Amino acid sequence: MLVVACIKQVPDTTQVSIDPVTNTLIREGVPFIMNPYDTHALEEALRLKDRYGFRVAAISMGPPNAEVTLRKALAAGADEVVLLSDRAFGGADTLATSQVLSAAITRLNEREEVAVVLCGKQTIDGDTAQVGPGIATRLGYTQLTLVDQIQHLDLAARRVRVRRKLEGRHEIVEAPMPAVLTVVREINRPRYPTVPMRLAAEQAEIPVWSNAVMTIAPETIGLKGSPTKVNRIFSPERDKGEILGDGAHDPDGAAELLIARLMSKDLLPL
Amino acid sequence: MGYPQIFAAVLAVSVVLFIVSCIRRFRLVALGKPEDRLSHVWTRVGNMLLFAFGQKRVVARPFGLNHFVIFWCFLVLAVANADFVIAGLNTQWGIAAWLPTSISGPIFGLFDLVSLLTLVVIGIAIARRLFFPPDYIEARSKDAFVILTMIALLMVAFFGSHAAENAPHLGFQTGFNYLPPMPVSNAIAHLLVGLPEATIHVLATGFWWAHAIILLAFLNYLPFSKHMHILAAIPNCFFKRLGRANTLPTETFEVGAEYGVGRVDRFTWKDLFDSYSCTECGRCTDVCPAFRTGKPLNPREVVHDIKVNLLANGERIAAGQQPGLALIGPHAEGTIAEDTIWSCTSCGACMEVCPVFIEQMPKILQLRRTLVEEEARFPEEVITFFENMEQRGNPWGIAPSERTKWCAHIEAKPFSDETEYLFFVGCAGAFDARNKQVSLAVAAILDAAGISWGILGKDEMCCGDSLRRLGNEYAFDRMVRHNIELFRRRGVVKIITQCPHCFSTLKNDYRQFGIELDVIHHTELIQRLIAEGRLPVNAAAIGRVVFHDSCYLGRHNGIYDAPRAVIRAATGQAPAEMARHRENSFCCGAGGGRMWMEEHLGTRINIARVHEALETRPDTICVSCPYCLTMFEDGLKDVDADPRVGVKDIAEVVAAALPAQAGEEAKA
Repeated sequence: MLVVACIKQVPDTTQVSIDPVTNTLIREGVPFIMNPYDTHALEEALRLKDRYGFRVAAISMGPPNAEVTLRKALAAGADEVVLLSDRAFGGADTLATSQVLSAAITRLNEREEVAVVLCGKQTIDGDTAQVGPGIATRLGYTQLTLVDQIQHLDLAARRVRVRRKLEGRHEIVEAPMPAVLTVVREINRPRYPTVPMRLAAEQAEIPVWSNAVMTIAPETIGLKGSPTKVNRIFSPERDKGEILGDGAHDPDGAAELLIARLMSKDLLPL
Repeated sequence: MGYPQIFAAVLAVSVVLFIVSCIRRFRLVALGKPEDRLSHVWTRVGNMLLFAFGQKRVVARPFGLNHFVIFWCFLVLAVANADFVIAGLNTQWGIAAWLPTSISGPIFGLFDLVSLLTLVVIGIAIARRLFFPPDYIEARSKDAFVILTMIALLMVAFFGSHAAENAPHLGFQTGFNYLPPMPVSNAIAHLLVGLPEATIHVLATGFWWAHAIILLAFLNYLPFSKHMHILAAIPNCFFKRLGRANTLPTETFEVGAEYGVGRVDRFTWKDLFDSYSCTECGRCTDVCPAFRTGKPLNPREVVHDIKVNLLANGERIAAGQQPGLALIGPHAEGTIAEDTIWSCTSCGACMEVCPVFIEQMPKILQLRRTLVEEEARFPEEVITFFENMEQRGNPWGIAPSERTKWCAHIEAKPFSDETEYLFFVGCAGAFDARNKQVSLAVAAILDAAGISWGILGKDEMCCGDSLRRLGNEYAFDRMVRHNIELFRRRGVVKIITQCPHCFSTLKNDYRQFGIELDVIHHTELIQRLIAEGRLPVNAAAIGRVVFHDSCYLGRHNGIYDAPRAVIRAATGQAPAEMARHRENSFCCGAGGGRMWMEEHLGTRINIARVHEALETRPDTICVSCPYCLTMFEDGLKDVDADPRVGVKDIAEVVAAALPAQAGEEAKA
């Protein structure tokens, strides 16, 4: 059986700034990294491999240079990787992206049964958290988001039990497989690749599936298949705060002023 | 003493056994990887004379004098015993038979006195172990007492046999009465006067055979005990590294290669020979900051474990089999624990004190390489450090664009053809709030001296020091190659660093990758500028200043005088010294990548050092390293020290002593 980890190469957003004139992202010279949430998805796939003996496939949709990120997946221990790359996939929103990823998972499933698909809960560049659920919907798989623990896979009964991390509480859910799980960072600590694995990954052939191979209806993918249009990207103006009292000379007085202000705004429940 | 045939047979068996044991043991050294330790033969001979025969490092400690005496007594007694053996085979071959008594007499007199001296120093050694053992060695080991007792008994047998031999010649008999001038033996002989001749003969024969048997037993005990050092230590001084052990060998990254040392035969032959040279004196243990703060690292034990592992696995490995005893694993004799390996601060104190130049630190770092590169096993907090280094080129993972924030309010030119020096600010100097002030102080000094300098800004990347010391040679290798490419492209040759780790790495480690950089630490540069009259300083008393030697400036690069001269110039007086200073300085605890790790085991190293500094009642603790600065500031807070005690980098001390005009810039 196969576990599929969907990973995305993203710009290292801590190093992205916004052009103050054009209000667009300055991507030049910014290095790419594996989306941090996806590193946890990949790690969880590798842990399922360790626990249940699955094979792990990592897939990514992106430009040709996204193969760098797939090599990292190989170095970490993925058994196979596929790069989904075609000009026709470009400009995709989350709907069109989930189309392509779903088609790839379907192809993989034809060869070897897919038990679980793992995604990060969201990416750090788009921040929509829609692609995982989109894949579940397209494929008709169970959708389990915000997972912080995979408790049990019952392979005979084809059921999975996970814990979801919700606001202020946990939810333990059991559901049929195959399932798409989106994971939060707390689920694990990603492993560090060994040098022999890295060297093997550096020399591996990275299979690329273009749409010539996948033959998805062109109107459902890329820019054409994307109903979402981004109008503008900008950094929000932030109101400057106010300095209360004189903390340097009268810290007690300043603290009192602060408490009073917070209470007046109902921000300090007592 | 008769029975030469029997003695010849016993001797032959003993010598054959001894040679076989030696061959079996020393042959295993050849399992190690090659390493050149034969160049500059005459320098090596000089080292051997100075350190083995002169015992220079042995006598550096008070009790070393005793060993010095034992060593030289041994050399004299080696001649005595050679004569003993030869004469035992045939009395006509002995010195006494073929040398005139005018020569052989004084020689035997010397043997006699040296034997007494030996007995005295052996007695002192036994008394030391019994009554005032140092706290850092298992001085009361069985091995030590067996050997000391054997030597003492050998001396007793020597006196016994010579006393019995000389007694009949004590002048009460007629005829030829030559009495060798052996004061000790002859004094004992007087006690025998009056005994029947037959009894004296039995005593003489008995002591002679006792002497023979103890001697041959001693010979055959040596290869199986820590006293193997008698055979290995002298050559080890010959094979000693000619420079400092402040780098590690590079690695080749190709499919199928091995990384670091995970099996004992992956050490070099010299590493293995080192383990045979160790006499377990425990001086490395005594000075190790990890051991001294209760961590599971004892450098002596690491060396001992390597020896035990080699002896346990050597034959199997030589036969092409897998080793039976793991080199790294839960601690047992011959197996080194992971916690041990991660406790090292790479301070080099162990190597500085070892009388026979064993290199403990590089061995430990080689073990780290295997753990990191082949098994990806390391304390979990280290992964964040590795990822930050690989993704963002600095330990904290801060965006490179922030590298120039420290100089936002001063003029810092980009390094170009117009600037002479690259000021390699370093990660701490660029990102750490406290160390940014040091960077400003260095900049002010450079400007005051009219030095032409520039920075690489966001293109600067970490030098990679901690990566290498933590065993991640792969990431280090890539980082170095990237930096070298950058240096070449920008024409960087002369570099000023404000961090001893950047300094040592750029200077010593980068050389292995084919680039010769002219690197200077700000301490030495300032000292040079002051000496040449290019940096105006108005000595300003700032109270009592104690100087802490950084390991990578001091022990690893031998710079001790420059910082002291600078402090003298800037404050008008020499710095106070802690009990452990210069070569014997005690690490702050942050080297060897420990800066990026939690200190869960034992007590904190920086606290120990802070207490030591406070004993000198300083107003200012002066450091020359960003790690030391952090460790001291944290430590002072942790021990709740008088808040008036400050920690300053040496550049800050100097910047405060610049004349007003230059001082303006320092303040800016």
